[in-house]
Amino acid sequence: MSTYYAGLLADIGILTLGALSVYVILATNQLSLGNAGFMAIGSYLSSFLTVEWHWPLTGAVVAAALSASIIGIVVGFPALRLKGIYLAIATLGFGEMVRSFFLVFSPMGGSGGYHGMAHVALGTIWVWTAGILLMILLLERSHLWLQMRAVHDDETAAALVGLNTTLIKVGAFGLGAAIAAVAGALFAHHHVYIEPGNFGFERSIDFVLAVILGGSTVGVGALAGAGLLVLLPEWLRVVADWRLAAFGALLIIVLLTRRQGILDRPLLARLSFRGAGP
Amino acid sequence: MNAASPETLLRLEAVEKRFGGVRALSDISMGVERNRIVGVIGPNGAGKTTLFNLITGAYRADSGSIVFDGREITDWPPHCIVRAGLARTFQNIRLFAGMTVWEHLLVTQRPAGNALRDLMPVRWSNPAVTARAEEVLKFFGLEVYRDVLARTLPYGTQRKVDMARALASGPKLLLLDEPVAGMNHDEAEELSRLLLRLNGEGLTILVIEHDMAFVMNLCHELYVLDFGIRIAAGEPAAIRSDPVVLDAYLGSEAAC
Repeated sequence: MSTYYAGLLADIGILTLGALSVYVILATNQLSLGNAGFMAIGSYLSSFLTVEWHWPLTGAVVAAALSASIIGIVVGFPALRLKGIYLAIATLGFGEMVRSFFLVFSPMGGSGGYHGMAHVALGTIWVWTAGILLMILLLERSHLWLQMRAVHDDETAAALVGLNTTLIKVGAFGLGAAIAAVAGALFAHHHVYIEPGNFGFERSIDFVLAVILGGSTVGVGALAGAGLLVLLPEWLRVVADWRLAAFGALLIIVLLTRRQGILDRPLLARLSFRGAGP
Repeated sequence: MNAASPETLLRLEAVEKRFGGVRALSDISMGVERNRIVGVIGPNGAGKTTLFNLITGAYRADSGSIVFDGREITDWPPHCIVRAGLARTFQNIRLFAGMTVWEHLLVTQRPAGNALRDLMPVRWSNPAVTARAEEVLKFFGLEVYRDVLARTLPYGTQRKVDMARALASGPKLLLLDEPVAGMNHDEAEELSRLLLRLNGEGLTILVIEHDMAFVMNLCHELYVLDFGIRIAAGEPAAIRSDPVVLDAYLGSEAAC
């Protein structure tokens, strides 16, 4: 495989994880525009552990995920008081806060960035991506996921029929943060150099975009969205300078025709022949 | 005064609720005995739904106490109250938009066993949960709608799904908020039969209702509210001829 395609595939894997991190939070009707912040935490922490303390990558990824999930839970509590656009703005603030923290945090290089990580190959990235995607696909069939969907559809009614909405919403933030941190750890060890600018607002937006484009009601939507988001601008190179405009136009067309994204439950059922009647 | 007997499943003691300067409920005391069907009636704005919201934890009482099954639940959050065995339906139904009928029956159940079971696919790990859902589905005759999005069903059927969702959680006390609103006569009759069957199997029911004929035939005991005050209580026959009730409720309605 050419390095060109290997690079694209690595981007797709990492973006899939980023999109999944938004997806699990969105599954409880909370929009996070700050997941690049969790990604940054995972990135810097795992790099510190492998470079300074010589941890193996797997251990560093797990430790980064757990730490980020604790921070996600801490963020999740104030988020309970905010809904819709207000929550989106608050999480955006969180993401920018993390980015500017690393900008001035000189032990990890500050604005100059940080390096020294051992490069991980494409295969490792995709083992993590596939593993986490599979985990989400199984979770989607669980009782917990039903509870999350209930909170998504009507939070007040969900509480009144017996669901612990606080635990569910905060837990979703914790899980989303952990997944974003894994994406960050893999990003850092794939590019072997990180700087705060890698984890800006546009990164968070990319995650959300991948979910919206691929399908915000099914886990595989994150994979589809990430694939399109990485590949479409490449394929659109034929239109040269117009490719970003063409990409934007395509995005609008998708949202106008399929608001729920390209994939949704009925479509998946038809594709797997489960929904096909006699 | 009102010593709670073990036969009393739910007891309210001098419960009060204010919204700003408005007293929605004042000094409400009432009891629901086990295995009975008790009704709460009263004109619009009498405080019936407020009463339900206090019992189910949606609102907090400003004073007074609510005891359910021997435990004081006055300040409990809603999900703990449901887990203690008290389930409700909604006046405006409130089904989950993206869920099928079947999913509504799964979601309110508490899977037995460790928390890990919550994380595993339902069909692998929870035979008890699916069996319970199946049972409730059959009881309400909803089998044909099993995989249909609940919100797309006719209104009367949605009411059944709402009730089935509550029942799936395995309550000791079922609270129904205007269960026959919007139903035609036949549907109301059918519901009445279902509720009597559930009551026969040992379920205690507390129902808020406007439809006088429905509560008169169904309930063992009635409480009447007006302007947030309990103005009468007793058996349906006595309530029907109570001049205070006639004046406050039936009389005012006839005048319209």
